[in-house]
Amino acid sequence: MKLAVLLFAFAFAAPTLAGEAAPNADNPEVEARINKLGEDLRCLVCQNESLAGSRADLAEDLRREMRKQMKAGKNDAEVIEYLTDRYGDFVLYRPPFKPVTYLLWLGPVIFLAIGGTIWYVTLKRRHKMQDQIQPDSEALKKAAALLEQ
Amino acid sequence: MKRWIPLILFAVLAGFLYVGLYLNPREVPSPFIGKPAPKFVLPVIGQPGTTFSPEQAKGKVWLLNIWAPWCVSCRAEHPFLMQLAQSGISIYGLNWKDKDREAEALLNQKGSPYIVTVDDLDGRVGIDFGVTGTPETFVIDQAGIIRMKHIGPIDEAVWKKKFEPLLDKLEKTT
Amino acid sequence: MIPELGHFALVVALLLALTQGILPLIGAHRGNATLMGVARPAAQGQFVFVAFAFGCLAWSFLNNDFSVENVARNSFSQLPEIYRFTATWGSHEGSLLLWTLILSFWTVAVTVFSRHLPEDMASRVIGVMGLISVGFLAFMLATSNPFLRLIPMPPDGSDLNPLLQDMGMVIHPPMLYMGYVGFSVAFAFAIAALLSGKLDVAWARWSRPWTTVAWMFLTMGTALGSWWAYYELGWGGWWFWDPTENASFMPWLAGTALIHSLAVTEKRGAFKSWTVLLAITAFSLSLLGTFLVRSGVLSSVHAFATDPGRGVFILSFLGVVIGGSLALYAWRAPRLMTGGAFSWFSREALLLGNNVLLLAALGSVLLGTLYPLFMDALGLGKISVGPPYFNAVFIPLISPVLFLTGIGPLARWKQASLPDMVSRLKWAFAVALIVAVILPFTTGGMNLMATLGLFLALWILFTILIGFAERLKNVQGSLMQKLSSLPRGYWGMQIAHAGLAVGVIGATVVSNFQSERDVRMNVGDHVELAGYRFTFQGVKEVPGPNYVAGRGTVEVEKSGSKFVLHPEKRIYNASGMPMTEAGIDYGIFRDVYVSLGEQLENGAWTVKVYHKPFVDWLWGGAFLLALGGALAASDRRYRIALRKAEKATDKLAAKGATA
Repeated sequence: MKLAVLLFAFAFAAPTLAGEAAPNADNPEVEARINKLGEDLRCLVCQNESLAGSRADLAEDLRREMRKQMKAGKNDAEVIEYLTDRYGDFVLYRPPFKPVTYLLWLGPVIFLAIGGTIWYVTLKRRHKMQDQIQPDSEALKKAAALLEQ
Repeated sequence: MKRWIPLILFAVLAGFLYVGLYLNPREVPSPFIGKPAPKFVLPVIGQPGTTFSPEQAKGKVWLLNIWAPWCVSCRAEHPFLMQLAQSGISIYGLNWKDKDREAEALLNQKGSPYIVTVDDLDGRVGIDFGVTGTPETFVIDQAGIIRMKHIGPIDEAVWKKKFEPLLDKLEKTT
Repeated sequence: MIPELGHFALVVALLLALTQGILPLIGAHRGNATLMGVARPAAQGQFVFVAFAFGCLAWSFLNNDFSVENVARNSFSQLPEIYRFTATWGSHEGSLLLWTLILSFWTVAVTVFSRHLPEDMASRVIGVMGLISVGFLAFMLATSNPFLRLIPMPPDGSDLNPLLQDMGMVIHPPMLYMGYVGFSVAFAFAIAALLSGKLDVAWARWSRPWTTVAWMFLTMGTALGSWWAYYELGWGGWWFWDPTENASFMPWLAGTALIHSLAVTEKRGAFKSWTVLLAITAFSLSLLGTFLVRSGVLSSVHAFATDPGRGVFILSFLGVVIGGSLALYAWRAPRLMTGGAFSWFSREALLLGNNVLLLAALGSVLLGTLYPLFMDALGLGKISVGPPYFNAVFIPLISPVLFLTGIGPLARWKQASLPDMVSRLKWAFAVALIVAVILPFTTGGMNLMATLGLFLALWILFTILIGFAERLKNVQGSLMQKLSSLPRGYWGMQIAHAGLAVGVIGATVVSNFQSERDVRMNVGDHVELAGYRFTFQGVKEVPGPNYVAGRGTVEVEKSGSKFVLHPEKRIYNASGMPMTEAGIDYGIFRDVYVSLGEQLENGAWTVKVYHKPFVDWLWGGAFLLALGGALAASDRRYRIALRKAEKATDKLAAKGATA
């Protein structure tokens, strides 16, 4: 009997002794989805780490819940909703586009528009400028002289 | 005029930074305020076979205190919670992720401020309440609506400032 | 006794800084040579006393003087000596002292290399820097004294944060601060120019090498920080858009814009008030970064312990320095358009485009970093702004900058010809585009982001080659002679631009083509990734100086060649904090990166293995950027100016002696 147990144990142990390593996740497809979603989510307790990268306890728990939801057939949007229902928009690293974040998302466009206007106005004025009138050419020479002396 | 724009922008920014000094970036508001408390049924610690669900507390204003034996700040607030319980405040405990099964012994040794404390071993109910750590305390009204969430230990000052006015108001509405 | 001496030295340094900040400015205003003469000795004296204070703090750390609160909190008797030394700047107080030390070091550098400057200019620059020192010394003495004693003295310290116990801590903060603080020189030059009203071309030429050197240090410091995070955090990320990273990235963007606009101001006399504003902005952003990290208004992995009292102090200081200088700018900046005319397509126009885009990118980073604060302050709720936002807005804004990098250096000042440019660059454009479209197909098919990145990088590299070819076309001699005939400024620009391309290649390839596996490994198990076979040979317990490590052994094999990696999981004795140390095999074309996860039963572990192609190009690119900066700053024309000025003063001195 003892021998049988031993043999049984060996039969199981042998392949694990030098085998192909098992993926950490039992369902790599779901895991890939979690990692992808997790990049855009905040690990709430670590401050500025993503849910995908964090090894914090709560992050592990949340990934476990996400896994459950996904295995139950929920799509990505529903999984995100599960989290925002509980933790609010704070959990999202990509803030949703809504009235209070209009300025955040449109800001870069506005900056570009302002910059573009400055560029255009400056160039228009420079283009019109008569080349002969160089109020600074005197100073330029002086400075050059100063540096070369 | 154009030249003053940078200064004006900076002044606005500085104003925000000044206000920001007195805000806590780690204090995240709960999306549950004004919403019904999530439903759950969990075993009661120390009373094998019994369960508790929020419906059982309907009709009164109560506190749900999320705690854990491994949490240092929970120990810090424990004496004050005892005091509250003695003054007649209804406190229910949710023992969050107590993997080492220490809660019962600890409560027997130190005394329990809770009417009952439930066992959320895998932390799922905690997640349903949007808990990020312990201790956290929810104020739930007669209709089962969450009115407030406090993150961190409760002490006299916090109680006077945040809890008492709210509880007075809620008690009056009955 | 030693800590008290250090404290006293800080008080003396504050008094000297006050002298340095007030008398020379009055002297320059009144034309009083005696008062102006105070500037250099006061600055040098201040440096001596700050350095002495720094030495005292370092001594306390090295000798485990746990009666000093700062030492007790941030050091530990078992901590290796090198980290006991670096712990000197591991806390809020200590890093502030390092800040101040580096500021006074830059000031001394100005006192030494400014002998060719007109006396009033030099006095103003040194005076302004003295006023900044006053702010920091007063801040330290009032709210953050690094020498406070702790009674009773604890038997041992609570250890330096394990994340900081790394060679990165030796070099990253000093480099970063050299950059941050170095912008104070450009700032001081700008303020001095506004005060004197002499905002001329000479001013641009004087501030240019200083700005370039500071920018070079900031580039190195930021890159080192990124590399440190890469190998220390255990999952191989290299840029997180963390508020603190943004705090050092924003001055870098402003500094990059400043370097380019200084070029226009120096060569063409244009954009003066814009350049002054950028100089003020770059240093203001350095100060803002200091505030953000130390005030606790933003949560960050790097943030120091927070305290609103300190926050109010720095914010007031910010208000005085930034508010004051912007008010001065509004009041004194030149109203006349200076410099010559230029056309729609000219190097000036392209550089202005570069500036506008860089500032739009900078504005977006600032907006994203502070938006959660804005919303919170207005009571609109809490949100997070993270990498997905920054990547989404930064890449579209910076891509045109990279495209312009290819054209700008080939365009003529004043007026360039667009058709001519098209005919010079059409082949570079076409080849870069075709290669960039085809390459991703060799590994996994169409990938637009990869194509964009590769195209921009190749475009820059090709245009650099075209630049060299055109420049050398009419030069006689062998290739070596030809190449050495080019001025260092030109070399610097081209090498820095090439560095940019190299960095873009690294970022593009690693973000789009890295692969990883997360597995459970028993002893003897293997896993394959990107042609490498990783065999896990178990974890052994190995004691470290102040930690206990689980040291893993992973054998990696590819087509016959083998190497061994040792990822570690450490538990630090004093704090009980766990840390992962990745095992990395560096290579020009790929890094192999292994980190340990959790321990399972029977000696098995979860292990993450990564294949990171071209990741080291990121830091290689940053190194080239910095090298380019160093070459540009050492260009002949600055050295000649210096040498001539020295000769002139020597002659004067000699005359004075004979007379």
